[in-house]
Amino acid sequence: MKISPDELLTKAAELKDSGFDMLEDVTAVDYKDRFEINYRLRNISSGAVETIKIDLSREEPVIASLVPLYRGAEFQEREVFDLMGIVFEGHPDLRRILLPDDWEGYPLRKDYVID
Amino acid sequence: MIGKDTLCGKIMSSIKTQQIELNMGPQHPSTHGVLRLILTLDGERVIACKPDLGFLHRGIEKLAEKRTYLQFIPMTDRLDYVSSMTNNAAYVYALEKLGGIEVPERAEWIRLIVMELQRIASHLVFYGSMALDLGATTPFLYAFREREDILDIFEELCGARMTYNYFRPGGVSRDLPKDFHAKVTAFIKKQREKLKEYDDIFTGNRIFISRTENIGVLSAEDAVNFSLSGPALRASNVDYDVRKAEPYSFYSKLNWKPQLGTAGDTYTRVVLRCREIEESLNMIEQALDMIPEGELKCKLPARLTMPKGEVYHHIEGSRGDVGVFIVSDGSDKPYRLKWRAPSFINLTCLEQMVKGMLVADVIAVLAGIDIILGEVDR
Repeated sequence: MKISPDELLTKAAELKDSGFDMLEDVTAVDYKDRFEINYRLRNISSGAVETIKIDLSREEPVIASLVPLYRGAEFQEREVFDLMGIVFEGHPDLRRILLPDDWEGYPLRKDYVID
Repeated sequence: MIGKDTLCGKIMSSIKTQQIELNMGPQHPSTHGVLRLILTLDGERVIACKPDLGFLHRGIEKLAEKRTYLQFIPMTDRLDYVSSMTNNAAYVYALEKLGGIEVPERAEWIRLIVMELQRIASHLVFYGSMALDLGATTPFLYAFREREDILDIFEELCGARMTYNYFRPGGVSRDLPKDFHAKVTAFIKKQREKLKEYDDIFTGNRIFISRTENIGVLSAEDAVNFSLSGPALRASNVDYDVRKAEPYSFYSKLNWKPQLGTAGDTYTRVVLRCREIEESLNMIEQALDMIPEGELKCKLPARLTMPKGEVYHHIEGSRGDVGVFIVSDGSDKPYRLKWRAPSFINLTCLEQMVKGMLVADVIAVLAGIDIILGEVDR
């Protein structure tokens, strides 16, 4: 489902209450005019999956962190922050995780050119 | 207990203690590669444990955007390098799902067999290195001796011992060698006997049990909340195996069941993987009789393009849920490729598991999660 950034926390809490107890994957995609962030939530006992897609502006890519609900989000959100430069508000320890702390730029963005 | 008023008590209370920070790794034999753990210690007790990752980061996801779909297959070998076949599989299945590519039945059965052989080889590496980390050298040599047989089989199959590059969209790259059946059957027989030996020498050993029982306990609820996957999740009594939950390949045609543990401690994680080896042997035995004659690969253009769209496919790798997310813009290169690496996500709960434990337990717990740095750092 596609929702707006401010709905994320309420929607995720709703889903968690209805049995989607695992945050399986967090992925961000750079579509040049916007970022899209994908959350995959899974109901472990029934196997059902719900995907949440959110568009973020490139100028101000900020979104609420899901760590208070799903602690498995901690490293996954840090990875998205590190490589795509999306800021997760309310994350307890938002630092780069794979790249060195003094790295410049966000490699998975399309304007980050490699040879 | 020493009374506060006694001389000894007075001396003890006047001694100042402080927490210290200890770097475990990145050059440390028990971190299985280049992982650095920043431990905060109160004496021998762990107060906090912050993993520092990325020493082996090669930017695989970015590199994927510069390579064609076929050129990326060998790079998947280099993620979880002790379980390359399942990496190949995760990626190739995702491509097939996106492109609607059919796989001949013979190729699919071969895939299932090599994936299960790979799981056994990977669990043997786990078993051996677990033993080594706890100071037992012999089981390590035993496990690697048996793993050698699988590597020999793979070498005959595709010419490589570690980085196979064996899966192709729509099939596999080569047919089975002539004596494949005989060799695999002999291996199954031998491995079943060896499993008993493993139990005698290591998993049934008093020292091993006392070093791992009730160490690094994780409840089922926590395990799910931490997005844990693979044998570590099942050891906490969560019945989730991708092979059962969302069957791919021919797993639904085989008679098997996911192995579960109840205690959720390091001991259970080790024993559970030994049971998984046994279950994989059963699966291979069943599958060997089912390989039909036929094609190995469906015909595809040399320049493989994918239709516009996105796909997510996941499989049960040796260490957990390996997921591949591909966004295609219709060209011959992925627009975006994301690798859900189970080792990376499984590390999230390390701090929770080792808090309050001793430094020596950190080593046991870390070995019990079974991480591969190639996959953690990507």
